[in-house]
Amino acid sequence: MAPSFDTLSEQDLHEEEEEEEEIDFSDLKAQYEVQVDEGLDTFIVIDGLPVVPADSRQKLVKFLLRKLNSVGHTSEDAVFMPLSDKNMTEGYLHGVPLDKKHTLMVNKLMDIERYGREGRVEEEYKAPTVEAFKEKEHLRSWMGDVHARDQFALYRGDKVGVFWNNKSNPPENVVDRAHWTQLFVQWSPKGTFLASVHPQGVQLWGGASFSKQRQFPHPFVQLVEFSPQENYVTTWSARPIQVEEGSQSTLSYEEDGKNIIVWDITTGKPLRSFVSHDLTAGASAEGEPKKKVQWPAFKWSADEKYVARMLQGQSISIYELPRMNLLDKTSVKIDGVMDFEWSPATVTREGVKQYEQLLCFWTPEIGSSPARVGLMSVPTKEIVRTRNLFNVSDVKLHWQSQGTYVCVKVDRHSKSKKSMATNLEIFRIKEKGVPVEVVDSLKDTVINFSWEPNGGRFVVITTGEAAQGAAVAPKTSVAFFAPEKKGPSAGNFKLVRVVDKKNSNAIYWSPKGRFVVVATVHSQSSYDIDFWDMDFEGEKAEGEKDLAANLQLMKTVEHYGVTDVDWDPTGRYVVTSASSWTHSMENGWTLHTFAGQTLSENPTDKFKQFLWRPRPATLLSKEEQKQVRKNLREYSKEFDEEDRYAVDIANTAVVETRKRVLSEWTAWLRQQKELLSEDKEVYGLPEDVDDPKLAKDAPPATEDKGEAVVEEIVEEIVEEHEEIIN
Amino acid sequence: MRPILLSGHERSLNQIKFNRDGDLLFSVAKDKIVCAWWSANGERLGTYTGHQGAIWTVDVSPNTILLATGSADNTVRLWNVKTGECVKVWDFPTAVKRVEFSPDGTKLLAVTEKRMGFLGTIAVLDINYGDGQGNFEPQAEEPSLRITCNESKATVAGWGYMGKYIIAGHEDGSVSQYDAKTGDQLENVQAHEFDLQINDIQFSPDRTYFITASKDKTAKLLSTRNLAILKTYPSDTPLNSATITPKKDYVILGGGQAAMDVTTTSARQGKFEARFYHKVFEDEIGRVRGHFGPLNTVAVHPAGTAYASGGEDGYVRVHHFDKSYFDFMYEVEREQMRR
Repeated sequence: MAPSFDTLSEQDLHEEEEEEEEIDFSDLKAQYEVQVDEGLDTFIVIDGLPVVPADSRQKLVKFLLRKLNSVGHTSEDAVFMPLSDKNMTEGYLHGVPLDKKHTLMVNKLMDIERYGREGRVEEEYKAPTVEAFKEKEHLRSWMGDVHARDQFALYRGDKVGVFWNNKSNPPENVVDRAHWTQLFVQWSPKGTFLASVHPQGVQLWGGASFSKQRQFPHPFVQLVEFSPQENYVTTWSARPIQVEEGSQSTLSYEEDGKNIIVWDITTGKPLRSFVSHDLTAGASAEGEPKKKVQWPAFKWSADEKYVARMLQGQSISIYELPRMNLLDKTSVKIDGVMDFEWSPATVTREGVKQYEQLLCFWTPEIGSSPARVGLMSVPTKEIVRTRNLFNVSDVKLHWQSQGTYVCVKVDRHSKSKKSMATNLEIFRIKEKGVPVEVVDSLKDTVINFSWEPNGGRFVVITTGEAAQGAAVAPKTSVAFFAPEKKGPSAGNFKLVRVVDKKNSNAIYWSPKGRFVVVATVHSQSSYDIDFWDMDFEGEKAEGEKDLAANLQLMKTVEHYGVTDVDWDPTGRYVVTSASSWTHSMENGWTLHTFAGQTLSENPTDKFKQFLWRPRPATLLSKEEQKQVRKNLREYSKEFDEEDRYAVDIANTAVVETRKRVLSEWTAWLRQQKELLSEDKEVYGLPEDVDDPKLAKDAPPATEDKGEAVVEEIVEEIVEEHEEIIN
Repeated sequence: MRPILLSGHERSLNQIKFNRDGDLLFSVAKDKIVCAWWSANGERLGTYTGHQGAIWTVDVSPNTILLATGSADNTVRLWNVKTGECVKVWDFPTAVKRVEFSPDGTKLLAVTEKRMGFLGTIAVLDINYGDGQGNFEPQAEEPSLRITCNESKATVAGWGYMGKYIIAGHEDGSVSQYDAKTGDQLENVQAHEFDLQINDIQFSPDRTYFITASKDKTAKLLSTRNLAILKTYPSDTPLNSATITPKKDYVILGGGQAAMDVTTTSARQGKFEARFYHKVFEDEIGRVRGHFGPLNTVAVHPAGTAYASGGEDGYVRVHHFDKSYFDFMYEVEREQMRR
């Protein structure tokens, strides 16, 4: 039986034309073939053909076959061309223009059955009712806050709430909903949407009241990834999607059996769906440990023109947006490719005029050929820079946020494979010929690396070898690097300082640069959080004079059981939190200033997630920003005044409430007292009935005519004097 | 505030109680003995022995003549405070979780456990004191009133003002008001989170309001008359006990990680502290550390000069308040005083 049109659709189209993704569809096909019970869905009706005389019919059929065979399999015998009384073919239809007058249109015979039957489609045209325009909420309303406060989402217990950050005052609630999400919540990269994840799919919320914005019905979705400009979203589920025929859902047959869907946020429709590489790979190699899900499976270029996915060890497939078609209809074969990263910003290389996006990838040593790091320009797919490496155990790629540098962290083993060391190979993308600088002064392995956002400095954490069988993790060292001051372009990267004997394992730069938090997270024994300033405005150490940095530790705080550290998008606040996803001890979050001053502690039962709402890029031009910086003093005066005023108001409010509460309480007590004496009167009890002397077990001595004299000695200090007598 | 450590029990404390004069402190624990202590210096006055199971509850009559205890051996015992002799044993089908004398001492209520097919009950026993010289008349065998808790068993109970009501806290987090004469349920309020049990009820000196301590990590102040919730004191740990301090407008809460979970959590997690809240403003104003297990019971001296806490660790700690405790005042309170 020929494959039905359904399976013939885009998937086969891509498979044949592009020869990509060696995915075995035989099981799926088998599945379909069972479902084909109407028997008609392998037939298509072609409409819009020119009317030709009978003798030219053969020609037309041949032509058609040529067209059809480009998308599927059919044969001459399988074509039936009806003839009219005049022995002319009746014009029927397909998808491409045949000539100026005739455009072919293809319909499934089943569809014609379904819609073409009498009564199925109403004879008379009825204009569809256009729903009245409804004003939608402004999706960026939160940016209009008069105090320029930031919002955050808080997921604890079953509840998710969005709050305004009020510094040391309790946060102001915007919305708080029970069971708002099933798995987790996630902001879109510019903060427009809040995504909640349910077994039925992903739901986007937005606007001032957090109303429903979009729905992506991906059943049993587990992971969500937004594109950087918020136009697309990728969803993943371990369970292949099952689409029932004739169901009314947004998903079509194309999504059947897939794990990943790339959605268009604007329309809410799937753009294209995919089967996870990991799962198919796992099925083929038995006994192998189950591979971790690669996420994000699809990585976006900075401008969202491209999205790419890697088939580890084989190739990278680059798709063009908005159509999601494979760039040049073929994947880029890279033998052994292990990982790749897009430049996070659109970079212009020196001497390169045409538009390009850059991506960086690496391949391990295969046989006698060395490991390799490559820089690829897209859409030309030209490899513009490569570098060979030896004795490589692992490589991590770190782009600087503006795409100025890419640091390739190379873990290298010695010849005997006994000891490990790390080299940092830094590519200077914007300089001519992309020179590479090697930092090999590090003796130990680097466990963490982080670039300063929009800057040229970085922090690394290194660790020595773990002693065999030691219960305690080895100590770590934190090293700060900065470029030398040298003309307009940054000089060589030099070590500023190393801090030894730490337990730190995580680096969190302020989104605005300069300040960096180095912390020990997910640890059982150590919870220190160090706040560093890279541009301390004080005396500089002698040896660091020529470096573009002045390092100063501002403060160290401890947060028991800390699991996460999050900077607010403006770089003013840092939240450290202990999530119950990791452990159940002292869950909650703490708000600090950028300098480490603790503003508030919020122990929260079953605390799960704290997420600052991201902000879109500023609308101020460079000049305007400079202007603001220049007049900072003027502005801050204004804000300080406001702050003082707010504190005053708050204090007065507190005092007023207390006064009210206290007077209410005394009034209540008085009323109770009155009611009580009324009751006592009604029951004929004496006013002092509660006195133990009147209780039934009172000794008879006191009951005796009540003559006993109760003596109470009350000592009272009237005044105290202290005199020194010489 | 230097605590006096009373180490006379071998197992965890269940309840402690000051007598009306406040000179004596009675404590009961899982180790089957009742201890009496001088509250001023922590010297042990004596013990009352006879129970065959963990003792859950203790109360003393208004003039410190009789002592009542309820135990897991399914009995309520009545003791002569002075001599230590057991004057009466009542047998119940199940364990007795709470006893309390009525304000005038004529009655004793006993809360019995729901178990082995028996529903939880609140039994009211009439108490005879005899001539008050140690010659006790025989006590009535049968309770004069029995309230059966059909819906959710009572965990704690106490007497309202004039002995007019019996107030009970339930396993499901609700509070009931019963007519003490007829046993009719007059009110039932879901004061605490559903299905999180109420562990303690203690009354204000005039019994017009009371405080409840619940597993839902809050303590609440309720009106005896209509069970209106007046105040809420939120904490970060399940609460076992709460008391209202006379003289100063505070409440003291005790709790901590449930005993069975303690071994699985770190010590700093335990939260084994007595917490002081301002009764009217609901703010936490201080904590007292010391126990190394959850606080099972807290009690305050009737004159408001001291408080004691009994812990899962087997210790009773008696604290006599010092000057700063009495001096502390909110600005608005001071203002009101001046007026």
